[in-house]
Amino acid sequence: MKLTKRQIQHLYWRAGFGPDPCNLNNAVGKTAEDLVDHLFKSSEKVEYLKMDFSKLAVDRKSLSQKEKKELRKLANQMVYELDVMWLEQMVKTKAVLREKMTFFFHDHFAVRRKNPKENVDLNNILRKHALGNFGDLLMEVSKSPAMIEFLNNKQNKKNSPNENFAREVMELFTLGRDNGYTENDIKEAARAFTGWSAAKGEFIYRPRLHDNESKTILGKTGNFTGEDVINILLKEKQTARYLCKKIVDFLIGRPIPASTFDSFVDQFYDSNYDLSILIKSILTSDVFYQEETIACKIKSPTELLVGMTRLFEIDYKEPKAIVQIQRKLNQVLFFPPNVAGWSGGRAWIDSSTLMLRLKLSSLLLNFGVIEWDEKGDDPEQMLIQIEKKRDKIQEKIEKKINAHPNWKSFEKNMDGHEDDLSAFLIQAKLSEGAKVTIDKSDSVSLKDKAIELLSLPEYQLF
Amino acid sequence: MDRRSFIQKSALASGMFLLPSFLKGMEFISLDKISGFRNVIVIQLSGGNDGLNTIVPYGNDIYHNLRPQIGKSAADIFKLNDELGLNGSCRELMDLYERGEMTVINNVGYPNPNRSHFRSTDIWHTASASEEYLKTGWIGRYLDSNCQNPYEAIQHESSLSLIMKGIDKKGIAVTDPKQLFQSTREKYFKSIVDHTQPSLLNEDNQGYLYKTMLETYSSAEYIFERSKIYDTKFSYPTTPFGKNLKGIADMIVSGLKTRMFYTSIGGFDTHVNQVVSQDRLLKIYSEGIGALVEDLKKNDRFKDTLILTFSEFGRRAGENASKGTDHGSANNVFVIGGNLKQAGVLNAGPDLSNLDNNGDIQFKVDFRSVYATILNNWLEVNDQQVLNHNFDRLGFV
Repeated sequence: MKLTKRQIQHLYWRAGFGPDPCNLNNAVGKTAEDLVDHLFKSSEKVEYLKMDFSKLAVDRKSLSQKEKKELRKLANQMVYELDVMWLEQMVKTKAVLREKMTFFFHDHFAVRRKNPKENVDLNNILRKHALGNFGDLLMEVSKSPAMIEFLNNKQNKKNSPNENFAREVMELFTLGRDNGYTENDIKEAARAFTGWSAAKGEFIYRPRLHDNESKTILGKTGNFTGEDVINILLKEKQTARYLCKKIVDFLIGRPIPASTFDSFVDQFYDSNYDLSILIKSILTSDVFYQEETIACKIKSPTELLVGMTRLFEIDYKEPKAIVQIQRKLNQVLFFPPNVAGWSGGRAWIDSSTLMLRLKLSSLLLNFGVIEWDEKGDDPEQMLIQIEKKRDKIQEKIEKKINAHPNWKSFEKNMDGHEDDLSAFLIQAKLSEGAKVTIDKSDSVSLKDKAIELLSLPEYQLF
Repeated sequence: MDRRSFIQKSALASGMFLLPSFLKGMEFISLDKISGFRNVIVIQLSGGNDGLNTIVPYGNDIYHNLRPQIGKSAADIFKLNDELGLNGSCRELMDLYERGEMTVINNVGYPNPNRSHFRSTDIWHTASASEEYLKTGWIGRYLDSNCQNPYEAIQHESSLSLIMKGIDKKGIAVTDPKQLFQSTREKYFKSIVDHTQPSLLNEDNQGYLYKTMLETYSSAEYIFERSKIYDTKFSYPTTPFGKNLKGIADMIVSGLKTRMFYTSIGGFDTHVNQVVSQDRLLKIYSEGIGALVEDLKKNDRFKDTLILTFSEFGRRAGENASKGTDHGSANNVFVIGGNLKQAGVLNAGPDLSNLDNNGDIQFKVDFRSVYATILNNWLEVNDQQVLNHNFDRLGFV
């Protein structure tokens, strides 16, 4: 299947964080299979997030109350640094597909901990297996200290079980809510997970805390361990079905024909949960490139921010301001609202977040000003007033947000393609109101025109 | 009528995408027609307020044994009855209590309590069970099933919380109506709104974005124009919380058709040296409420107002080693209003001889019963439609 420019852009938005203007033209005329292969090739290398935790490696027992408090503060601070670090990686990486699927699993295995090392370790597990085998991923995530701590498996002991992890592994990570398991399956599975614990940032198994009696889980009986439960869950075809549904929703974002969906499920299950096979099938399917699929999704705050930052090579002199914006848009990485992850889709949009989203490009690219004016002459007196007001806004936003795009590079990238600006920046069809407003504009510079387009509601879609 | 044309028609009816001049003519109703609109102000004491040092079982020896360092003695409190007393920082609340304008409901919570701030706040906001993850808040669902316009539920804060989000409708977050109005009137956005065709407002995501944009545009105008009517000269505490309450009073007295308000005051997570910080926060809370009630009374709107105060959880019954308390479970909630059917202490205080395995107070009243009572008895709407289940209703209104 040979792709149009619009379809190629669509592929790069869904499988990454938007198209690069420079390699877009090389891609025209290539097939979906070629381009998807190339995406996988670019993602072969795993670039782990790295952070120096030496400052946190102190013996807590020797600390005073005040020092302990300082240490907690530092750890908390480092989780925010991690958030910014990952955003930066999404912006700079060539392995966009791997980062995109890491982002998917960051929501699927949503964990919220104030411990930066646990967070980074879990995040790197997601990255390592994001295009690999889901079974391996599930096993490693389940044993990660972040998950063990977050879902209280440390407190899950023989004779006093804690069902938190056993419940969520079925409800959220494999089968899906109310899909073929009972409260009793949860109770029994919790017993199998007893003894799984963590210490000093590593998984440990404590045999003395493990319940060695027989358990019955999903109709099977035996002296099961935690590993056995994970394998039992992977044997259930419903797990493949549930994962497929979530991944199809993430990559395609609208209902697809049942026969197509079933073929994805069969393939995923028969391949023993090979994520790369599933993702390849989805990204080369007809339904993925249909007109109805293009621009049917609302960008998450991360996709919105990263997409804009990549394209304009924005330099943030004030990283705290970015965290502030993420917070106002309701998505700070490593801070999912709960174990079910972010609600996503339309839940991102309310009156406050939408206004900020519409203002975002002007805030990041032009210190808060959309230089839009209708064609025609304003009286000179009014122009002076407008200028004054504008300067005041810019001064304020420069102090607050202090983001600097690289316009030279953008202009160079767009050289010769200025007339395609709208089609390049916006995937959705422009509304009447948008068209009229853009047509009326008296802007001439590429910069002003770009900001106008990015301030349209249509830019929220991809 | 199919859904699409219904949305378009109701959009027309609410003046959503029309010119500001049209809105002005339509939305303004005379003040006497407005009074009689009952409203609810929901306040969250964020961080987990220690209920045991707010409504103090001062006559209970177990209480003093559990809290040798931070316990309140009879001299520190206002006596409510022989068993319970109100924290001494809450003079204004005591006045309300004495006038029969305040109800205390003890031991409010839910089965299998969660002790994480985030999770337990979600549970209170969504009115879910402990193991259930809902994506909508109960005020949002109230909007979905009973309201036309987003501004019928207003959060007096800068961003919108889960409690305010329904499926089709979401409330509006606003602290400064003028600023919200001006941000929507940026001439670029105004041009888009002015030229938007009703046919665009369909069910796809683009339609949803435009619908939200137009609703924000028209709500911002409505709130700004309407709330200019009354700007209280009454003196409120200058704390951020006091300012939020003043903003809410302005909106109520101005006759906004808002039925639900939500705001919060943070800092109640008192793990260390609790007494000083909690008493300070309770004073801010009490002074704010005192001013709000007096202002509303002066304008004859207190009789239509109900104020619900909750916290995501109570705190551990026993104090910790840092003169503070850790996260607990069941807690007391306050209902304040000019038209209560049952004032005073509604039920028995916490049973300190019968704590749970964590050393926490066991819940006796499901928090969703409090919501059901407000929805059904006060706002006179179908509570089951909003809460998805049938909960026993209480008798305070």
